[in-house]
Amino acid sequence: MRIELIRRAEQSRRMALLSPVIAVGLTVVFSAAVFLISGVDPLAGLYQLFIAPLTDAWSLSELVVKAVPLVLIGVGLAVCYLSNNWNIGAEGQFTIGAITGSMIPLLLPDFQTPFTLPLMLVAGILGGAAYGLIPGLLKTRFGANEILTSLMLVYVATLFLDWLVRGPWRDPMGYGFPQTERFNSAARMIMLGDGRMSVSALVTLVVVALMAVMLAKTLKGFEIKVLGASPRAGAFAGFSAKKMTLFAFAISGGLAGLAGIMEVSGVIGKLQPSISPGYGFAAIIVAFLGRLNPVGILIAGLVLALTYLGGEGIQVALGVSKRMSTVLQGVLLFFVLACDTLILYRVRFISSSRKAGAHA
Amino acid sequence: MNVSIDPALSDGRAAAGEPVAARLLEARHIVKRFGDNVANDDVSLALAPGEIHALLGENGAGKSTLVKIIYGALQPNEGEIFWKGERVTIESPAAARKLGIGMVFQHFSLFDALTVAENIALASPKGVPMAELSAAIEKVSAEYGLPLKANDRIADLPVGIRQRVEIVRCLLQSPDLIIMDEPTSVLTPQEADQLFVTLRRLASEGCAILYISHRLEEVRELCHRATVMRRGKVVAETDPTRETVASLARLMVGSEVAAVHRAPAQRGRPRLTLDGLDLPSKDPFGVALVDVKLEVAAGEIVAIAGVAGNGQGELFDAISGERLGERAAAVLIDEVAVGHAGVNARRKLGAAFVPEERLGHGAVPGLPLSDNVVLTRHGTADGLVARGLMRFARAAEIVAFVTERFDVRKGVPDPEARALSGGNLQKFVVGREVDRVPGLLVVSQPTWGVDAGAAAVIRQSLIDLARSGSAVLVISQDLDEIFEIADRIAVISRGHLSEPEPAATMTRERIGLLMAGGAEKKGAA
Ligand SMILES: Nc1ncnc2c1ncn2[C@@H]1O[C@H](COP(=O)(O)OP(=O)(O)OP(=O)(O)O)[C@@H](O)[C@H]1O
Ligand SMILES: [Mg+2]
Repeated sequence: MRIELIRRAEQSRRMALLSPVIAVGLTVVFSAAVFLISGVDPLAGLYQLFIAPLTDAWSLSELVVKAVPLVLIGVGLAVCYLSNNWNIGAEGQFTIGAITGSMIPLLLPDFQTPFTLPLMLVAGILGGAAYGLIPGLLKTRFGANEILTSLMLVYVATLFLDWLVRGPWRDPMGYGFPQTERFNSAARMIMLGDGRMSVSALVTLVVVALMAVMLAKTLKGFEIKVLGASPRAGAFAGFSAKKMTLFAFAISGGLAGLAGIMEVSGVIGKLQPSISPGYGFAAIIVAFLGRLNPVGILIAGLVLALTYLGGEGIQVALGVSKRMSTVLQGVLLFFVLACDTLILYRVRFISSSRKAGAHA
Repeated sequence: MNVSIDPALSDGRAAAGEPVAARLLEARHIVKRFGDNVANDDVSLALAPGEIHALLGENGAGKSTLVKIIYGALQPNEGEIFWKGERVTIESPAAARKLGIGMVFQHFSLFDALTVAENIALASPKGVPMAELSAAIEKVSAEYGLPLKANDRIADLPVGIRQRVEIVRCLLQSPDLIIMDEPTSVLTPQEADQLFVTLRRLASEGCAILYISHRLEEVRELCHRATVMRRGKVVAETDPTRETVASLARLMVGSEVAAVHRAPAQRGRPRLTLDGLDLPSKDPFGVALVDVKLEVAAGEIVAIAGVAGNGQGELFDAISGERLGERAAAVLIDEVAVGHAGVNARRKLGAAFVPEERLGHGAVPGLPLSDNVVLTRHGTADGLVARGLMRFARAAEIVAFVTERFDVRKGVPDPEARALSGGNLQKFVVGREVDRVPGLLVVSQPTWGVDAGAAAVIRQSLIDLARSGSAVLVISQDLDEIFEIADRIAVISRGHLSEPEPAATMTRERIGLLMAGGAEKKGAA
């Protein structure tokens, strides 16, 4: 038997908006099934996973803390994906941004002014952008596939961080733990409330708003859409696909770098071998779940953050491994892509016994 | 009714003649809606075996929609289809092919880098050995006077031969009905004549042909019956051999088609100069431009004739600035050397361009018309962008203007480009540029797929633009069109451009000679 995908002649706009909702629904059903198989009451499991994190102030603020990097990276990736640039390496750009931003408190510990934090953020953005530009340049100069190069650079970045915190940047007073000194207070994010939520949440809202305006209202946003949809027509409009590739990688790398430095200067307060539970990869899911639309991504980022919190919840309350949340994220991406495919294509099953061309 | 299958019919050998008695295909009361737009409104159509049946109508009349339904590429909202007397639901093109319905699309779906046989193998049932298939291709193609070599690479073949590949691919499935949507718009007159011989031969063997074309002359010559559609409805069924071109056009449009009116040209200063333009070929399948010299002056229309694939695309790209040449002074717009300037810099100097391919080059298929206005006009002083922000109201205004002036028919005020019928999109992309009143307009195949009435409107607008002081360069394969509008005519052949000659003294024979390589000798001299 053969399976064929046939492009639908007419596509429904309503279905395109409904698709992520259906995908989330299917993921919920799937998780219930997994609970059932592993002998946990599915209702209790679903409650811990999706509802409990929303019931108290502490976990609500945790939700925001986790959503911040996902949303920031996600809106940057949207620019890439809309313009047909497949940046898979946000995790690496996040890491490098965290490192370049941390250079200020670690290498200049006496520089403690009101400008310290803003300068760190700028350094993080620049570092992430520069690191993002590597696969961008490799693509425009040599035609190297950016999916491979950007992904490989993730491992380079995380291993570099690992080497830094075990080697040159290790805190001499840290009892040999692989981590740097704690940042001085001038180098820490300003906190909101008594949880771990900081001004990074506000920064994220501003970025989302700016990106929404850019994509919907400016010529640059138009250029992104046109080059993504039809490179030939884009060239006819006088837009350069190469410049767009560099722009998209710089923007997404810069935002990932910003997320990285805000994460270490806010939540963690120092550098250590692992600074991200895979935000850079989960943000790919966030970008698609949010329909590559900044406001959609804001919502999708909160949904994904919920799976992180819920994962911790089920581990504590029900003794189910918190890896469950990673599985759910993968399954969610699978369902999003599957729903999208079914909106664009019709599936046909062709049995091999009925060969074509049988007529007289 | 009509439940038994007449063996004579399924055999496909029944004579044409009274179609009611011997129906191969019957579409009854087909309705197809796109939103509020009714593209097919209660359309019925009957075809007999061996009949060459023309489907005529203005742009957007619903012709392509109807044949896509018959070929299974679209599903009707209402109505039924009978095939050889049996009611059928045609779910997909594959199902249509299985029934014996083949279709040759206007845009080819061949892979350039593969051979003829490999391309055909891709669309054939699996498991046929290549050698066997190659033999079958050469046999069938020779039999029908469409000789093909199975091992030729598509990239090396001219457009007419590529179309042959598509037709032979169809024929190998021994269809009982072949649908052709505007097959001759890309062919030279000679290639078209060759195609007609084949179609007549097929018809004489009992294969029915459903034929869409805007060239009424060839419809009169070729077709046995014609169904005329207007705004989604069938308005007439007639015997085209008993009609004149004018009377057919009248049936389609519902009123008289205006003749193009042309005052003598007053040549002014040169607005476009090509001074020894060279351009290497971009890929192994392309054509290099060699020492192209041309001057287009204010007030005149210069036309470039030529068989497709002789460097027209390269010439267009070099003038528009989508490809940049070595020397800046090889291209001058209003005396400014622009050989190194991009497309927008040239637009700012007053130039405007309309490429041959409207979807995917001249317009983005998935964006609304208003965005497609911004596509080519964001860089010029049209008020479409203010401080980096797009002004959507202004774009909508331009869409409304162009729609009004060029009679672009569409369902909603601002549809996606791909939702427009082929001819209506062509009116839009030409109108979008003419509306700017550019100092220089370069347009490739201006009336490609456009109906007689709209073609007259477009041609008139080009003439009026030239007479108002602009320079107009038309690249076209349609000699009738060229003689209707051009003041001077040049011929392109394998990247060489002949010296333009006044249209008044130019003859078709001379153009034919230049196409056959005469232009090259001259260019090299
Ligand atoms: N995919 C689509 N979505 C929405 N509207 C469509 C779509 N395809 C066609 N239409 C509309 O249906 C009508 C008929 O279009 P169709 O392509 O059948 O015209 P046509 O007779 O082939 O015209 P032409 O001679 O210009 O090719 C047009 O008004 C067109 O805008
Ligand atoms: Mg059509």
